[in-house]
Amino acid sequence: MPQAGASTAGFSLWADMLEKGLDLGKVVDSLPVGIMFLSRDKRVLYVNTALEILTGFNRREVLGKKSIQFLRPDFCSEGCPLHDLQGKDDSIVLNGNIIDRNRKKVQTRHTLSALFDGQGRILGYMETVEDVHLEPGQEISRGMPETVGGLLGNCQEMQKIFGMVPIVGQTDSSVLITGETGTGKDLLAEAVHENSPRSKGAFIKVNCGALPENLLESELFGHRKGAFTGAVEDKPGWFKMAHNGTLFLTEIGDLPLALQVKLLTFLDDMVIYPLGSTKGVQVNVRIIAATHRNLEEMVKSGDFRQDLLFRLNVIRLHLPPLRNRGDDIRLLLHHFLNRFSRQMNKKIKGFSAEALHLLGAYSYPGNVREIRNILEYAAALCQGERIRREHLPEYMRCGRDHASEPEQKQNTADGVLEAKAVSPEKSWPEVEREMILNALVKSGGKKSRAAEILGWGRSTLWRKMNRYGLT
Amino acid sequence: MGQEYPVEENEQVRAYMRHKILIPIAENDVAPRFDLAAEILIAEVEDDCIVSKRTIVMQHPSAEDLCAMILRENVRVLICNGIEEEYFQYLHWKNVRVVDSVMDTYAQALDFYLQGKI
Repeated sequence: MPQAGASTAGFSLWADMLEKGLDLGKVVDSLPVGIMFLSRDKRVLYVNTALEILTGFNRREVLGKKSIQFLRPDFCSEGCPLHDLQGKDDSIVLNGNIIDRNRKKVQTRHTLSALFDGQGRILGYMETVEDVHLEPGQEISRGMPETVGGLLGNCQEMQKIFGMVPIVGQTDSSVLITGETGTGKDLLAEAVHENSPRSKGAFIKVNCGALPENLLESELFGHRKGAFTGAVEDKPGWFKMAHNGTLFLTEIGDLPLALQVKLLTFLDDMVIYPLGSTKGVQVNVRIIAATHRNLEEMVKSGDFRQDLLFRLNVIRLHLPPLRNRGDDIRLLLHHFLNRFSRQMNKKIKGFSAEALHLLGAYSYPGNVREIRNILEYAAALCQGERIRREHLPEYMRCGRDHASEPEQKQNTADGVLEAKAVSPEKSWPEVEREMILNALVKSGGKKSRAAEILGWGRSTLWRKMNRYGLT
Repeated sequence: MGQEYPVEENEQVRAYMRHKILIPIAENDVAPRFDLAAEILIAEVEDDCIVSKRTIVMQHPSAEDLCAMILRENVRVLICNGIEEEYFQYLHWKNVRVVDSVMDTYAQALDFYLQGKI
Protein backbone atom coordinates (compact mmCIF):
# COMPACT_ATOMS: atom_id res chain seq x y z
CA MET A 1 0.00 0.00 0.00
CA PRO A 2 2.60 2.57 -0.95
CA GLN A 3 0.01 5.25 -1.84
CA ALA A 4 -1.90 4.86 1.39
CA GLY A 5 1.36 5.07 3.29
CA ALA A 6 2.43 8.16 1.37
CA SER A 7 -0.90 9.90 1.96
CA THR A 8 -0.85 9.07 5.67
CA ALA A 9 2.68 10.40 5.90
CA GLY A 10 1.60 13.54 4.02
CA PHE A 11 -1.36 14.01 6.34
CA SER A 12 0.69 13.67 9.50
CA LEU A 13 3.29 16.06 8.08
CA TRP A 14 0.53 18.56 7.39
CA ALA A 15 -0.97 18.10 10.88
CA ASP A 16 2.51 18.52 12.33
CA MET A 17 3.03 21.76 10.40
CA LEU A 18 -0.29 23.13 11.67
CA GLU A 19 0.54 22.07 15.23
CA LYS A 20 3.85 23.89 15.03
CA GLY A 21 1.96 27.06 14.22
CA LEU A 22 2.08 27.23 10.43
CA ASP A 23 0.66 30.63 9.54
CA LEU A 24 -2.00 29.53 7.06
CA GLY A 25 -3.10 33.15 6.61
CA LYS A 26 0.37 34.10 5.39
CA VAL A 27 0.35 31.19 2.97
CA VAL A 28 -3.00 32.08 1.37
CA ASP A 29 -2.11 35.78 1.39
CA SER A 30 0.84 35.04 -0.87
CA LEU A 31 -1.37 33.37 -3.49
CA PRO A 32 -2.41 35.40 -6.54
CA VAL A 33 -5.99 34.13 -6.52
CA GLY A 34 -8.78 35.40 -4.24
CA ILE A 35 -9.52 32.93 -1.43
CA MET A 36 -11.95 33.05 1.46
CA PHE A 37 -12.79 30.60 4.21
CA LEU A 38 -16.34 30.34 5.47
CA SER A 39 -17.84 28.88 8.59
CA ARG A 40 -20.48 26.14 8.48
CA ASP A 41 -23.21 28.82 8.47
CA LYS A 42 -21.46 30.45 5.47
CA ARG A 43 -20.07 33.48 7.27
CA VAL A 44 -16.69 34.95 6.40
CA LEU A 45 -13.81 33.65 8.53
CA TYR A 46 -10.88 34.81 6.44
CA VAL A 47 -10.30 36.76 3.24
CA ASN A 48 -6.88 36.74 1.62
CA THR A 49 -5.12 39.80 0.20
CA ALA A 50 -5.94 39.00 -3.43
CA LEU A 51 -9.67 38.92 -2.61
CA GLU A 52 -9.36 42.16 -0.64
CA ILE A 53 -7.91 43.76 -3.77
CA LEU A 54 -10.54 42.19 -6.03
CA THR A 55 -13.51 43.27 -3.93
CA GLY A 56 -12.12 46.51 -2.49
CA PHE A 57 -13.15 45.50 1.04
CA ASN A 58 -10.76 45.23 3.94
CA ARG A 59 -11.03 41.82 5.64
CA ARG A 60 -11.75 43.47 9.01
CA GLU A 61 -14.93 45.02 7.60
CA VAL A 62 -16.38 41.74 6.40
CA LEU A 63 -15.39 39.17 9.02
CA GLY A 64 -18.52 37.50 10.36
CA LYS A 65 -20.68 38.78 7.49
CA LYS A 66 -22.59 36.33 5.34
CA SER A 67 -20.49 35.44 2.30
CA ILE A 68 -23.31 36.38 -0.07
CA GLN A 69 -23.52 39.84 1.55
CA PHE A 70 -19.81 40.40 1.15
CA LEU A 71 -19.19 38.94 -2.29
CA ARG A 72 -22.56 39.73 -3.91
CA PRO A 73 -22.34 37.20 -6.75
CA ASP A 74 -25.18 37.04 -9.25
CA PHE A 75 -25.66 33.27 -9.04
CA CYS A 76 -26.62 33.37 -5.35
CA SER A 77 -29.95 34.96 -6.21
CA GLU A 78 -31.05 31.55 -7.50
CA GLY A 79 -30.09 29.77 -4.27
CA CYS A 80 -26.84 29.19 -2.47
CA PRO A 81 -24.66 26.78 -4.47
CA LEU A 82 -22.92 25.74 -1.23
CA HIS A 83 -26.03 23.70 -0.41
CA ASP A 84 -25.13 21.45 -3.34
CA LEU A 85 -21.85 20.60 -1.64
CA GLN A 86 -23.41 18.97 1.42
CA GLY A 87 -21.77 15.58 1.91
CA LYS A 88 -19.72 15.76 -1.27
CA ASP A 89 -15.98 15.83 -1.45
CA ASP A 90 -15.77 17.48 -4.84
CA SER A 91 -16.00 21.10 -5.90
CA ILE A 92 -18.30 23.31 -7.93
CA VAL A 93 -17.07 25.82 -10.50
CA LEU A 94 -19.35 28.73 -11.31
CA ASN A 95 -18.95 31.68 -13.61
CA GLY A 96 -20.67 34.89 -12.76
CA ASN A 97 -20.10 38.45 -11.67
CA ILE A 98 -19.75 40.35 -8.44
CA ILE A 99 -20.10 44.03 -7.59
CA ASP A 100 -17.01 45.44 -5.90
CA ARG A 101 -16.80 48.26 -3.40
CA ASN A 102 -16.31 50.78 -6.20
CA ARG A 103 -19.68 49.69 -7.61
CA LYS A 104 -18.06 48.02 -10.58
CA LYS A 105 -19.35 44.74 -11.95
CA VAL A 106 -16.48 42.26 -12.23
CA GLN A 107 -16.69 39.02 -14.22
CA THR A 108 -15.52 36.20 -11.98
CA ARG A 109 -15.02 32.46 -11.74
CA HIS A 110 -15.73 30.82 -8.39
CA THR A 111 -14.60 27.42 -7.16
CA LEU A 112 -16.44 26.23 -4.08
CA SER A 113 -15.43 23.28 -1.95
CA ALA A 114 -16.42 21.97 1.44
CA LEU A 115 -13.82 21.33 4.17
CA PHE A 116 -14.26 18.10 6.11
CA ASP A 117 -12.86 16.85 9.38
CA GLY A 118 -11.49 13.31 9.89
CA GLN A 119 -15.03 11.95 10.45
CA GLY A 120 -16.38 13.42 7.22
CA ARG A 121 -18.28 16.25 8.90
CA ILE A 122 -18.32 19.61 7.22
CA LEU A 123 -16.09 22.08 9.05
CA GLY A 124 -16.66 24.96 6.71
CA TYR A 125 -16.10 25.99 3.12
CA MET A 126 -13.41 27.43 0.93
CA GLU A 127 -14.12 29.62 -2.07
CA THR A 128 -11.62 30.82 -4.62
CA VAL A 129 -12.52 33.80 -6.78
CA GLU A 130 -10.71 34.65 -10.01
CA ASP A 131 -11.13 37.78 -12.06
CA VAL A 132 -11.88 36.62 -15.60
CA HIS A 133 -12.31 40.13 -16.94
CA LEU A 134 -10.78 40.39 -20.41
CA GLU A 135 -8.01 42.91 -20.89
CA PRO A 136 -8.52 45.58 -23.56
CA GLY A 137 -7.65 44.04 -26.89
CA GLN A 138 -8.61 40.60 -25.57
CA GLU A 139 -12.29 41.11 -26.27
CA ILE A 140 -14.03 38.31 -28.06
CA SER A 141 -14.21 39.36 -31.68
CA ARG A 142 -17.77 40.12 -32.68
CA GLY A 143 -16.93 40.09 -36.34
CA MET A 144 -16.34 37.01 -38.39
CA PRO A 145 -12.85 35.85 -37.58
CA GLU A 146 -10.69 34.17 -40.20
CA THR A 147 -9.48 31.65 -37.67
CA VAL A 148 -10.92 30.02 -34.58
CA GLY A 149 -8.99 27.64 -32.36
CA GLY A 150 -6.45 26.79 -35.06
CA LEU A 151 -9.08 26.30 -37.76
CA LEU A 152 -8.59 28.44 -40.82
CA GLY A 153 -11.04 29.34 -43.54
CA ASN A 154 -12.67 32.11 -45.52
CA CYS A 155 -15.50 30.23 -47.20
CA GLN A 156 -19.05 30.95 -46.17
CA GLU A 157 -19.61 27.63 -44.41
CA MET A 158 -16.46 27.96 -42.28
CA GLN A 159 -17.27 31.59 -41.42
CA LYS A 160 -20.70 30.45 -40.28
CA ILE A 161 -19.09 27.86 -38.00
CA PHE A 162 -16.57 30.38 -36.63
CA GLY A 163 -19.44 32.73 -35.80
CA MET A 164 -21.28 29.94 -34.00
CA VAL A 165 -18.39 28.77 -31.82
CA PRO A 166 -18.64 31.55 -29.16
CA ILE A 167 -22.43 31.15 -29.05
CA VAL A 168 -22.31 27.36 -28.80
CA GLY A 169 -19.57 27.72 -26.18
CA GLN A 170 -21.84 29.68 -23.87
CA THR A 171 -24.51 26.97 -23.86
CA ASP A 172 -24.10 23.71 -21.98
CA SER A 173 -25.85 21.57 -24.56
CA SER A 174 -24.39 18.47 -26.17
CA VAL A 175 -22.68 19.09 -29.48
CA LEU A 176 -22.36 16.69 -32.39
CA ILE A 177 -19.59 17.49 -34.88
CA THR A 178 -19.69 15.72 -38.21
CA GLY A 179 -17.37 15.85 -41.17
CA GLU A 180 -14.96 13.76 -43.17
CA THR A 181 -11.62 12.68 -41.79
CA GLY A 182 -9.09 15.50 -41.56
CA THR A 183 -11.63 18.35 -41.62
CA GLY A 184 -10.74 19.55 -38.11
CA LYS A 185 -13.37 18.01 -35.84
CA ASP A 186 -10.94 17.76 -32.92
CA LEU A 187 -9.85 21.39 -33.28
CA LEU A 188 -13.46 22.54 -33.45
CA ALA A 189 -14.35 20.58 -30.30
CA GLU A 190 -11.42 22.18 -28.50
CA ALA A 191 -12.44 25.63 -29.74
CA VAL A 192 -15.96 25.13 -28.35
CA HIS A 193 -14.46 24.09 -25.00
CA GLU A 194 -12.06 27.06 -24.97
CA ASN A 195 -14.96 29.44 -25.65
CA SER A 196 -17.09 27.97 -22.88
CA PRO A 197 -17.28 28.75 -19.16
CA ARG A 198 -15.69 25.32 -18.68
CA SER A 199 -12.45 26.41 -20.33
CA LYS A 200 -10.55 26.27 -17.02
CA GLY A 201 -11.77 22.69 -16.55
CA ALA A 202 -10.38 19.60 -18.22
CA PHE A 203 -10.84 18.80 -21.90
CA ILE A 204 -10.59 15.06 -22.22
CA LYS A 205 -10.56 13.39 -25.61
CA VAL A 206 -11.62 9.78 -25.90
CA ASN A 207 -11.44 7.77 -29.12
CA CYS A 208 -14.41 5.43 -28.87
CA GLY A 209 -13.05 3.16 -31.57
CA ALA A 210 -9.59 2.72 -30.11
CA LEU A 211 -10.28 0.31 -27.28
CA PRO A 212 -12.13 -2.99 -26.84
CA GLU A 213 -15.59 -2.67 -25.27
CA ASN A 214 -14.75 -3.90 -21.76
CA LEU A 215 -11.67 -1.76 -21.50
CA LEU A 216 -13.48 1.28 -22.87
CA GLU A 217 -16.25 0.90 -20.29
CA SER A 218 -13.75 0.81 -17.45
CA GLU A 219 -11.78 3.74 -18.90
CA LEU A 220 -14.90 5.85 -19.44
CA PHE A 221 -16.87 5.17 -16.29
CA GLY A 222 -14.11 4.01 -13.94
CA HIS A 223 -14.18 0.98 -11.66
CA ARG A 224 -14.11 0.01 -8.02
CA LYS A 225 -11.35 -2.04 -6.51
CA GLY A 226 -12.11 -5.72 -7.04
CA ALA A 227 -14.67 -5.12 -9.80
CA PHE A 228 -12.77 -7.55 -12.04
CA THR A 229 -9.49 -9.43 -12.08
CA GLY A 230 -6.72 -6.87 -12.13
CA ALA A 231 -8.79 -4.05 -10.63
CA VAL A 232 -6.44 -3.62 -7.71
CA GLU A 233 -7.53 -0.11 -6.88
CA ASP A 234 -10.34 2.36 -7.54
CA LYS A 235 -10.08 4.13 -10.89
CA PRO A 236 -11.99 7.36 -11.45
CA GLY A 237 -12.61 7.06 -15.21
CA TRP A 238 -12.64 9.80 -17.83
CA PHE A 239 -16.12 11.05 -16.93
CA LYS A 240 -15.01 11.76 -13.36
CA MET A 241 -11.75 13.27 -14.59
CA ALA A 242 -13.67 15.63 -16.88
CA HIS A 243 -15.78 16.93 -13.95
CA ASN A 244 -16.50 20.64 -14.51
CA GLY A 245 -14.98 20.30 -17.98
CA THR A 246 -15.71 18.74 -21.35
CA LEU A 247 -15.54 15.13 -22.49
CA PHE A 248 -14.90 14.85 -26.21
CA LEU A 249 -16.01 11.49 -27.60
CA THR A 250 -14.46 11.18 -31.01
CA GLU A 251 -15.52 8.43 -33.40
CA ILE A 252 -18.79 8.12 -31.49
CA GLY A 253 -20.09 5.96 -34.35
CA ASP A 254 -17.70 3.23 -33.18
CA LEU A 255 -19.11 3.17 -29.65
CA PRO A 256 -20.41 -0.34 -28.87
CA LEU A 257 -24.20 -0.60 -28.40
CA ALA A 258 -23.88 -1.64 -24.74
CA LEU A 259 -21.93 1.53 -23.95
CA GLN A 260 -24.39 3.62 -25.95
CA VAL A 261 -27.00 2.69 -23.34
CA LYS A 262 -24.68 3.76 -20.51
CA LEU A 263 -23.94 7.06 -22.24
CA LEU A 264 -27.66 7.58 -22.72
CA THR A 265 -28.24 7.07 -18.99
CA PHE A 266 -25.57 9.63 -18.21
CA LEU A 267 -27.06 12.19 -20.61
CA ASP A 268 -30.44 11.72 -18.93
CA ASP A 269 -29.47 12.19 -15.29
CA MET A 270 -25.76 13.17 -15.28
CA VAL A 271 -24.92 10.20 -13.07
CA ILE A 272 -22.31 7.56 -13.86
CA TYR A 273 -22.08 4.08 -12.37
CA PRO A 274 -18.45 2.87 -12.14
CA LEU A 275 -17.92 -0.85 -12.79
CA GLY A 276 -18.47 -2.83 -9.61
CA SER A 277 -20.35 -0.03 -7.90
CA THR A 278 -24.06 0.17 -7.23
CA LYS A 279 -23.74 3.79 -6.13
CA GLY A 280 -23.97 6.44 -8.82
CA VAL A 281 -21.59 9.38 -8.97
CA GLN A 282 -22.94 12.77 -10.02
CA VAL A 283 -20.63 14.50 -12.49
CA ASN A 284 -20.91 17.82 -14.25
CA VAL A 285 -19.58 17.14 -17.72
CA ARG A 286 -20.40 18.57 -21.12
CA ILE A 287 -20.38 16.07 -23.95
CA ILE A 288 -19.05 16.88 -27.40
CA ALA A 289 -19.18 13.98 -29.83
CA ALA A 290 -17.71 13.70 -33.30
CA THR A 291 -17.82 11.21 -36.10
CA HIS A 292 -17.04 10.86 -39.77
CA ARG A 293 -19.83 8.29 -40.11
CA ASN A 294 -23.41 8.90 -41.17
CA LEU A 295 -25.20 8.33 -37.88
CA GLU A 296 -28.66 8.53 -39.45
CA GLU A 297 -27.72 5.63 -41.73
CA MET A 298 -26.30 3.75 -38.75
CA VAL A 299 -29.58 4.24 -36.89
CA LYS A 300 -31.43 2.74 -39.86
CA SER A 301 -29.10 -0.26 -39.93
CA GLY A 302 -29.46 -0.72 -36.16
CA ASP A 303 -25.82 0.06 -35.36
CA PHE A 304 -26.52 3.25 -33.47
CA ARG A 305 -29.29 4.02 -31.01
CA GLN A 306 -31.76 6.59 -32.27
CA ASP A 307 -32.45 7.96 -28.76
CA LEU A 308 -28.72 8.56 -28.24
CA LEU A 309 -28.52 10.36 -31.57
CA PHE A 310 -31.41 12.62 -30.51
CA ARG A 311 -29.65 13.49 -27.25
CA LEU A 312 -26.27 14.15 -28.84
CA ASN A 313 -27.70 16.04 -31.78
CA VAL A 314 -28.76 19.11 -29.75
CA ILE A 315 -26.31 21.34 -31.59
CA ARG A 316 -24.87 20.03 -34.81
CA LEU A 317 -21.80 21.46 -36.46
CA HIS A 318 -20.86 20.06 -39.85
CA LEU A 319 -17.39 20.71 -41.21
CA PRO A 320 -17.39 20.78 -45.02
CA PRO A 321 -14.82 18.73 -46.97
CA LEU A 322 -11.92 20.73 -48.35
CA ARG A 323 -12.95 20.09 -51.99
CA ASN A 324 -16.15 22.11 -51.31
CA ARG A 325 -14.35 25.03 -49.69
CA GLY A 326 -13.28 26.87 -52.88
CA ASP A 327 -10.45 29.32 -52.32
CA ASP A 328 -9.69 27.94 -48.86
CA ILE A 329 -7.34 25.45 -50.56
CA ARG A 330 -5.12 28.32 -51.66
CA LEU A 331 -5.32 29.94 -48.23
CA LEU A 332 -4.28 26.70 -46.56
CA LEU A 333 -1.50 26.06 -49.08
CA HIS A 334 0.12 29.38 -48.26
CA HIS A 335 -0.54 29.02 -44.54
CA PHE A 336 1.16 25.62 -44.29
CA LEU A 337 3.96 26.63 -46.67
CA ASN A 338 4.80 29.59 -44.42
CA ARG A 339 4.64 27.43 -41.34
CA PHE A 340 6.90 24.65 -42.61
CA SER A 341 9.26 27.06 -44.32
CA ARG A 342 9.74 28.82 -41.00
CA GLN A 343 9.99 25.59 -39.01
CA MET A 344 12.60 24.13 -41.36
CA ASN A 345 14.56 27.39 -41.66
CA LYS A 346 14.03 27.56 -45.41
CA LYS A 347 13.38 30.52 -47.66
CA ILE A 348 10.53 29.09 -49.72
CA LYS A 349 8.42 31.93 -51.07
CA GLY A 350 5.77 30.21 -53.16
CA PHE A 351 4.82 27.64 -55.78
CA SER A 352 5.66 27.21 -59.44
CA ALA A 353 2.65 27.54 -61.77
CA GLU A 354 2.71 23.81 -62.54
CA ALA A 355 2.87 22.79 -58.89
CA LEU A 356 0.08 25.21 -58.03
CA HIS A 357 -2.05 23.77 -60.82
CA LEU A 358 -1.52 20.22 -59.54
CA LEU A 359 -2.25 21.24 -55.96
CA GLY A 360 -5.38 23.15 -57.01
CA ALA A 361 -6.74 20.27 -59.09
CA TYR A 362 -6.30 17.59 -56.43
CA SER A 363 -9.41 16.47 -54.51
CA TYR A 364 -7.81 16.02 -51.04
CA PRO A 365 -9.74 13.02 -49.71
CA GLY A 366 -7.75 13.44 -46.47
CA ASN A 367 -8.82 17.10 -46.30
CA VAL A 368 -6.75 19.60 -44.26
CA ARG A 369 -4.61 16.89 -42.67
CA GLU A 370 -3.60 15.74 -46.14
CA ILE A 371 -2.81 19.22 -47.44
CA ARG A 372 -0.62 19.77 -44.37
CA ASN A 373 1.24 16.50 -44.93
CA ILE A 374 1.77 17.25 -48.62
CA LEU A 375 3.19 20.67 -47.78
CA GLU A 376 5.42 19.23 -45.06
CA TYR A 377 6.78 16.72 -47.57
CA ALA A 378 7.27 19.35 -50.28
CA ALA A 379 8.92 21.84 -47.93
CA ALA A 380 11.33 19.15 -46.73
CA LEU A 381 12.38 18.31 -50.31
CA CYS A 382 12.50 21.85 -51.66
CA GLN A 383 15.95 23.48 -51.60
CA GLY A 384 15.07 26.59 -53.58
CA GLU A 385 12.58 29.42 -53.26
CA ARG A 386 9.64 27.73 -54.95
CA ILE A 387 7.83 24.45 -54.56
CA ARG A 388 8.02 22.71 -57.94
CA ARG A 389 6.27 19.71 -59.43
CA GLU A 390 9.11 17.39 -58.47
CA HIS A 391 8.76 18.32 -54.80
CA LEU A 392 5.21 16.99 -54.64
CA PRO A 393 4.42 13.38 -53.65
CA GLU A 394 4.59 10.93 -56.52
CA TYR A 395 0.89 10.08 -56.50
CA MET A 396 0.11 13.73 -57.23
CA ARG A 397 2.70 14.01 -59.98
CA CYS A 398 1.27 10.90 -61.67
CA GLY A 399 -2.17 12.45 -61.53
CA ARG A 400 -3.53 9.68 -59.32
CA ASP A 401 -6.33 10.77 -57.10
CA HIS A 402 -6.95 8.59 -54.06
CA ALA A 403 -10.55 9.70 -53.88
CA SER A 404 -11.29 7.87 -57.09
CA GLU A 405 -9.52 4.69 -56.07
CA PRO A 406 -11.79 1.87 -55.02
CA GLU A 407 -11.45 0.62 -51.47
CA GLN A 408 -9.53 -2.60 -51.21
CA LYS A 409 -10.43 -5.57 -49.14
CA GLN A 410 -7.58 -7.23 -47.38
CA ASN A 411 -7.72 -10.96 -47.61
CA THR A 412 -7.54 -12.43 -44.19
CA ALA A 413 -8.39 -15.79 -42.79
CA ASP A 414 -12.02 -14.88 -42.17
CA GLY A 415 -12.31 -11.62 -44.06
CA VAL A 416 -13.00 -9.71 -40.83
CA LEU A 417 -10.48 -6.99 -41.40
CA GLU A 418 -11.57 -4.41 -43.84
CA ALA A 419 -8.66 -2.25 -44.85
CA LYS A 420 -9.58 1.22 -45.87
CA ALA A 421 -7.72 2.54 -48.86
CA VAL A 422 -4.42 3.60 -47.40
CA SER A 423 -4.77 7.35 -47.13
CA PRO A 424 -1.78 9.20 -48.47
CA GLU A 425 -1.74 11.36 -45.36
CA LYS A 426 -1.04 8.34 -43.15
CA SER A 427 2.35 6.83 -42.63
CA TRP A 428 2.81 3.07 -42.50
CA PRO A 429 3.24 2.98 -38.70
CA GLU A 430 -0.08 4.84 -38.37
CA VAL A 431 -1.81 2.37 -40.68
CA GLU A 432 -0.25 -0.59 -38.89
CA ARG A 433 -1.34 0.78 -35.50
CA GLU A 434 -4.87 1.20 -36.85
CA MET A 435 -4.84 -2.38 -38.15
CA ILE A 436 -3.81 -3.67 -34.72
CA LEU A 437 -6.55 -1.66 -33.03
CA ASN A 438 -9.15 -2.90 -35.52
CA ALA A 439 -8.07 -6.47 -34.95
CA LEU A 440 -8.21 -6.02 -31.17
CA VAL A 441 -11.69 -4.54 -31.43
CA LYS A 442 -12.86 -7.41 -33.64
CA SER A 443 -11.36 -10.00 -31.30
CA GLY A 444 -12.86 -8.39 -28.21
CA GLY A 445 -9.40 -7.65 -26.82
CA LYS A 446 -8.09 -11.23 -27.19
CA LYS A 447 -4.53 -10.91 -28.40
CA SER A 448 -4.16 -14.45 -29.72
CA ARG A 449 -7.28 -14.04 -31.84
CA ALA A 450 -6.12 -10.58 -33.00
CA ALA A 451 -2.75 -12.05 -34.02
CA GLU A 452 -4.59 -14.76 -35.97
CA ILE A 453 -6.71 -12.15 -37.78
CA LEU A 454 -3.61 -10.19 -38.69
CA GLY A 455 -1.77 -13.33 -39.78
CA TRP A 456 1.06 -12.65 -37.32
CA GLY A 457 2.54 -14.64 -34.47
CA ARG A 458 1.55 -13.60 -30.93
CA SER A 459 5.06 -12.38 -30.17
CA THR A 460 5.06 -10.20 -33.32
CA LEU A 461 1.76 -8.67 -32.26
CA TRP A 462 3.05 -8.14 -28.71
CA ARG A 463 6.24 -6.49 -29.99
CA LYS A 464 4.32 -4.17 -32.30
CA MET A 465 1.77 -3.30 -29.60
CA ASN A 466 4.67 -2.35 -27.36
CA ARG A 467 6.18 -0.22 -30.12
CA TYR A 468 2.92 1.68 -30.62
CA GLY A 469 2.22 2.06 -26.93
CA LEU A 470 -0.86 -0.15 -27.04
CA THR A 471 -0.02 -2.29 -24.02
CA MET B 1 -21.16 44.77 15.98
CA GLY B 2 -22.42 46.59 12.95
CA GLN B 3 -20.30 48.12 10.30
CA GLU B 4 -19.71 51.87 10.31
CA TYR B 5 -21.30 53.51 7.30
CA PRO B 6 -20.20 56.96 6.15
CA VAL B 7 -22.67 59.73 7.00
CA GLU B 8 -22.58 62.63 4.60
CA GLU B 9 -22.07 65.99 6.20
CA ASN B 10 -24.91 68.55 5.99
CA GLU B 11 -27.24 65.71 5.19
CA GLN B 12 -30.64 67.31 4.68
CA VAL B 13 -32.81 64.24 4.93
CA ARG B 14 -33.19 63.53 8.62
CA ALA B 15 -35.55 61.45 10.60
CA TYR B 16 -37.73 64.33 11.81
CA MET B 17 -39.16 65.01 8.35
CA ARG B 18 -41.73 62.55 7.00
CA HIS B 19 -40.08 60.70 4.14
CA LYS B 20 -39.74 57.30 2.53
CA ILE B 21 -36.88 54.83 2.71
CA LEU B 22 -36.57 51.95 0.29
CA ILE B 23 -34.58 48.80 1.04
CA PRO B 24 -34.24 45.92 -1.45
CA ILE B 25 -34.55 42.80 0.71
CA ALA B 26 -33.82 39.09 0.55
CA GLU B 27 -35.46 37.16 3.40
CA ASN B 28 -34.40 39.11 6.53
CA ASP B 29 -31.37 40.75 4.97
CA VAL B 30 -30.67 43.75 2.84
CA ALA B 31 -30.56 42.15 -0.64
CA PRO B 32 -26.97 41.53 -1.74
CA ARG B 33 -27.65 43.06 -5.16
CA PHE B 34 -29.81 46.03 -6.13
CA ASP B 35 -30.22 44.71 -9.68
CA LEU B 36 -31.27 41.22 -8.55
CA ALA B 37 -33.61 42.08 -5.69
CA ALA B 38 -36.97 40.39 -6.02
CA GLU B 39 -38.54 42.08 -2.99
CA ILE B 40 -38.41 45.57 -1.53
CA LEU B 41 -39.39 47.25 1.69
CA ILE B 42 -40.71 50.79 1.74
CA ALA B 43 -40.81 52.43 5.17
CA GLU B 44 -42.21 55.85 6.00
CA VAL B 45 -40.32 57.62 8.75
CA GLU B 46 -41.25 60.64 10.85
CA ASP B 47 -39.78 61.94 14.11
CA ASP B 48 -37.29 59.10 14.36
CA CYS B 49 -40.10 56.59 14.17
CA ILE B 50 -41.35 54.24 11.51
CA VAL B 51 -44.87 55.32 10.60
CA SER B 52 -45.62 52.58 8.07
CA LYS B 53 -43.92 49.67 6.38
CA ARG B 54 -44.87 47.65 3.34
CA THR B 55 -43.15 45.10 1.19
CA ILE B 56 -43.56 44.74 -2.54
CA VAL B 57 -42.63 41.69 -4.59
CA MET B 58 -41.18 42.65 -7.95
CA GLN B 59 -42.52 40.95 -11.06
CA HIS B 60 -38.94 40.30 -12.03
CA PRO B 61 -35.66 41.71 -10.71
CA SER B 62 -34.61 44.83 -12.62
CA ALA B 63 -32.45 47.77 -11.65
CA GLU B 64 -34.27 50.02 -14.12
CA ASP B 65 -37.70 49.12 -12.71
CA LEU B 66 -36.42 49.74 -9.19
CA CYS B 67 -35.09 53.17 -10.14
CA ALA B 68 -38.45 54.02 -11.73
CA MET B 69 -40.28 52.89 -8.59
CA ILE B 70 -37.97 54.93 -6.34
CA LEU B 71 -38.80 58.07 -8.32
CA ARG B 72 -42.52 57.23 -8.60
CA GLU B 73 -42.80 56.66 -4.85
CA ASN B 74 -40.80 59.81 -4.01
CA VAL B 75 -38.31 57.77 -2.01
CA ARG B 76 -35.71 60.01 -0.37
CA VAL B 77 -33.28 57.37 0.90
CA LEU B 78 -32.19 54.08 -0.62
CA ILE B 79 -30.40 51.63 1.67
CA CYS B 80 -28.87 48.78 -0.31
CA ASN B 81 -25.83 46.55 -0.57
CA GLY B 82 -24.23 46.08 -4.02
CA ILE B 83 -25.27 48.63 -6.62
CA GLU B 84 -23.62 49.50 -9.90
CA GLU B 85 -22.12 52.94 -10.35
CA GLU B 86 -24.51 54.01 -13.13
CA TYR B 87 -27.61 53.46 -10.95
CA PHE B 88 -25.91 55.05 -7.95
CA GLN B 89 -25.04 58.16 -9.95
CA TYR B 90 -28.47 58.33 -11.59
CA LEU B 91 -30.30 58.22 -8.24
CA HIS B 92 -27.84 60.69 -6.71
CA TRP B 93 -28.58 63.03 -9.63
CA LYS B 94 -32.30 62.59 -8.88
CA ASN B 95 -31.64 63.73 -5.27
CA VAL B 96 -32.04 60.29 -3.76
CA ARG B 97 -29.57 59.61 -0.98
CA VAL B 98 -28.00 56.18 -1.58
CA VAL B 99 -26.34 54.30 1.27
CA ASP B 100 -24.74 51.21 -0.23
CA SER B 101 -22.63 48.22 0.92
CA VAL B 102 -24.94 47.66 3.91
CA MET B 103 -24.36 44.01 4.84
CA ASP B 104 -26.88 43.52 7.61
CA THR B 105 -30.48 42.51 8.21
CA TYR B 106 -32.93 45.11 6.99
CA ALA B 107 -34.18 45.60 10.59
CA GLN B 108 -30.63 46.47 11.70
CA ALA B 109 -30.23 48.74 8.69
CA LEU B 110 -33.42 50.63 9.63
CA ASP B 111 -32.25 50.93 13.24
CA PHE B 112 -28.89 52.32 12.16
CA TYR B 113 -30.66 54.83 9.99
CA LEU B 114 -33.03 55.96 12.74
CA GLN B 115 -30.08 56.27 15.13
CA GLY B 116 -28.27 58.44 12.61
CA LYS B 117 -25.48 55.91 12.18
CA ILE B 118 -26.01 55.80 8.46
